[in-house]
Amino acid sequence: MLELFCRFRPMVSDKSKTRLYWFLAGMRGLFSLPSLILMTSFVGFSAFALESGIPRSEAVFMTFIVWALPAKMILIGMMTGGASLAACFLAVTLSSVRMMPMVASIVPEMRSKGTPVWLLLLLSHFIAITAWVFASQNIHQVPRPARVAYFAGFGMTLALVNTLIVFLSYGAVSAFPPLVAGVLFFLTPVYFIASIWATARHSVVRIAFVVGIVGGPLFALIEPEFDILYVGIGGGTLAYLFDRYVVRRKRLAAAGEGKA
Amino acid sequence: MQELWPYVFIAVAGWLATDFWRWLGVLAGNRLREDSEAFYWVRSVATALVMAVTAKLVVFPTGALEASPLWMRLGAAGLGFAAFLVSGQRVAVGVGVSLVLLAAGLYAIGQ
Repeated sequence: MLELFCRFRPMVSDKSKTRLYWFLAGMRGLFSLPSLILMTSFVGFSAFALESGIPRSEAVFMTFIVWALPAKMILIGMMTGGASLAACFLAVTLSSVRMMPMVASIVPEMRSKGTPVWLLLLLSHFIAITAWVFASQNIHQVPRPARVAYFAGFGMTLALVNTLIVFLSYGAVSAFPPLVAGVLFFLTPVYFIASIWATARHSVVRIAFVVGIVGGPLFALIEPEFDILYVGIGGGTLAYLFDRYVVRRKRLAAAGEGKA
Repeated sequence: MQELWPYVFIAVAGWLATDFWRWLGVLAGNRLREDSEAFYWVRSVATALVMAVTAKLVVFPTGALEASPLWMRLGAAGLGFAAFLVSGQRVAVGVGVSLVLLAAGLYAIGQ
């Protein structure tokens, strides 16, 4: 159990290990804490789909083909509200713009020289917030030629297992008792807060962390339609500039003084 | 044909609407070097986005936590993070303290 709370460490790298080995190592990520938290969220999702009048087959189809949980919640909200196809598309696509920088910040770490673009396009489908956190934390510990296999093992297994969870729990689990549901809901943000801070490998990540956490709720009040985009692009850029021209410059200056 | 419509609807308004951005992410990320300034910027934007979404879950929750007081959620998350820092950044401590405080708070106000 304790292992679940620690970072999920792949075994020590070894050149003789095959891609299959790393694919299986990625699959083992199913038993990491972020994956288990996501699974409880999908049990909650199937109850939400049932309550909203979405049939089981559509909920299952949606789980695999959309995969990002917030996008699905919006889609269901719009569908049950009787919105048109164009309106649904617009609402979902606005909520999913964040996928672009998330994927773009994983791809340079994941690919190796010969990785074909079609394979990256295919695997990008499995990137959502949980897989992003998992990959940011673990992928650099995997030998580069095996990283694509490692992520494929993790991402595809996680999506398939959660699709199965929605199929099985639909109608079987009506809802958790309020206290349990509240605590389970809270698991996701508090886990992300601690683990993203703990595994930041560059000062810019911690600055962007603070900007995002303060800016998110603030901009939700000021500009609820595009808050996440403002905080991401505007706040993320400010965090980057602050890191580059203040934090790193100071560090360089300090290192320079140390030498002199 | 009629019974296929919901699936076409989900594929267009759900799948295309999200995977479109994932594909753009691949095309953009494929040009980035891991140690470049552009990559640091993208990482910064992605982190700010993820943390904004995360903070909104605490401040504006949906469902079971919607009725709970804001100070309780902020207190549980904040003290948990403080415990996490004090304990030498042990994720288990941060998560555990936050959840215990929230559960105790919810129980105390009778939810």
